[in-house]
Amino acid sequence: MTNAVEVRDLTVAYRESPVLWDIDLDATPGVLMAIVGPNGAGKTTLIKAILGLIKPAAGQIRILNQPYKSVASSVGYLPQRGSVDWDFPTSVLDVVLMGLYGRLGWIRRPGPKERFLAMNALEEVGMTAFAQRQIRQLSGGQQQRVFLARALVQNAEVYLMDEPLQGVDATTEHAIVDVLQTLRSSGKTVLAVHHDLQTVSSYFDEAFLLNVRRIASGPVSEVFTDQNLRTTYGGRIAIIKDPD
Amino acid sequence: MEQLLADYTVRTVTLGTVILGVVSGALGTFAVLRRQSLLGDAISHAALPGIGIVFLLTGTKASLILMVGAGIAGWVATTAILLITMTTRIKYDSALGLTLSVFFGIGLILLTFIQKLPNANQSGLDSFLFGQAASLVVADVITMTSLGGLVLMILLLFWKEFKLLSFDPEFARSLVLPVRWLDISLTTLLVITIVIGLQTVGVVLMSAMIIAPAAAARQWTDSLGPMTFIAMAIGALSGVGGVMLSTATSNLPTGPTIVVCAGGIVVVSMLIAPRHGVVWRWIFRMIKNRKLQSEAVLLDLFELARKHDDLEYPHMETALRVIYPRAGTLYRQLRGLEGKGWVKMHQHGAWALTPRGIQMCSELLQKRIG
Repeated sequence: MTNAVEVRDLTVAYRESPVLWDIDLDATPGVLMAIVGPNGAGKTTLIKAILGLIKPAAGQIRILNQPYKSVASSVGYLPQRGSVDWDFPTSVLDVVLMGLYGRLGWIRRPGPKERFLAMNALEEVGMTAFAQRQIRQLSGGQQQRVFLARALVQNAEVYLMDEPLQGVDATTEHAIVDVLQTLRSSGKTVLAVHHDLQTVSSYFDEAFLLNVRRIASGPVSEVFTDQNLRTTYGGRIAIIKDPD
Repeated sequence: MEQLLADYTVRTVTLGTVILGVVSGALGTFAVLRRQSLLGDAISHAALPGIGIVFLLTGTKASLILMVGAGIAGWVATTAILLITMTTRIKYDSALGLTLSVFFGIGLILLTFIQKLPNANQSGLDSFLFGQAASLVVADVITMTSLGGLVLMILLLFWKEFKLLSFDPEFARSLVLPVRWLDISLTTLLVITIVIGLQTVGVVLMSAMIIAPAAAARQWTDSLGPMTFIAMAIGALSGVGGVMLSTATSNLPTGPTIVVCAGGIVVVSMLIAPRHGVVWRWIFRMIKNRKLQSEAVLLDLFELARKHDDLEYPHMETALRVIYPRAGTLYRQLRGLEGKGWVKMHQHGAWALTPRGIQMCSELLQKRIG
């Protein structure tokens, strides 16, 4: 069986200094993988490189055994919430519909069928009541759920998410984790940047520890050793073990 | 007004400015939302040397040919800004200011040079500085209409792509949309729009026609479609208003008057637009404050009465006045509460809660705890 995402020898550099160095990553289909590492470790860069948004200095990236451009319609993307201007004059439903723009093709406008799909996606994140709402009226957690709905409506095989749980309220965290579980049970692959070390083992199957280089990857229980975490975070971390 | 419209020249000029207002309102909406309003300023200033060079090369003052020169120069300036930002450590705003002033300087040098040429044909080129709407003839209006129509048609065709480009370009790229190509197209449409307006309002003020209608429209709506439409209408209105004012009053320059009209609409919109407007927000806050204050008076009566066994125990207004020293306000609040049937006045200026008022208090307290 081929890997859902396969990265070989990936190196990305801004100006002179490398941001990612010689990264290998394998994600088997149906896995929920957390990408974990300190600030500036290159987590977002890794996601963007896989999506072809950043040109790597070296290395190969294949998704479902093909280059990104040929499988783009099977890949869903959830960018960081802060990457857009939430004062933009548009509604929640409109934002979700944007997930279908690639499939719609040129010139064609979203119709009833697209709106139906978008409403379904909003339903999955518990935001149907907000469909007509202007996006400037949303709370941070609601914004995050709208972005998740936009990724879901892409009906992809592979999802790349940049900090889906960053700074959200408890309700949103539950809603998003539920969606992640549903995605896994329908055989989708999810790579998500995650910053909360406490919840990695309960939310994700595998972890990819990153600090410019790949430190370790695999099932969370095997990867989350004191040694690995120290190497990743450079000793600036206190590891508090659960009593059990 | 009817008399004015009957005048053939005025009609032509009005038509031209309306078309200019409509097109610049539409493209301005995207420029403002993409935070490119100052790029519009740079493009219009940079158009001046283009006009000069084309005149020197061809010796013609035909508007279409001068427009081509202006357009190319505007485009070169945009590319220059982009290149400076990408290849040097100079930031976008400095690159923009630099390009704007250097191009404009070259334009002024060329204009001065042209004016000193032993050639009778050059007069009138300097009207591109502040525009000369009165010089619009039917041929100009036809050029403006065809170019403007083309711009609006392309904008409509690729509406959803341009919308996504403006909101979330990175996501657009993840959908493998040709984002760079879209960016170039939208910027080109902006260049054409600016070029359309140069003869009417001039290189110095043209950016106002890009920014003002969109900025005013933003106050009235939270949707892109309506915002574009309102901006187009405001652009047209400014055009008509400017021509009417400058025709009715002698010695008012048309271009600047149009711009001032647009500016006036921005100010009015910022003040009175529902939800966003300053006045509207102020009134909203006043109403909310009033409500909170009268709730506070009600709850204080409740607290005072709780010290007695009887929740309907009356208290003197003077006792309440200790809490609310501004007597007039307190009396108004109490009268207001009385009007709602929540309190009633006993003899000698003593006030007490009514059963309905007591119920209201427990509801309010519940809400505050919950």
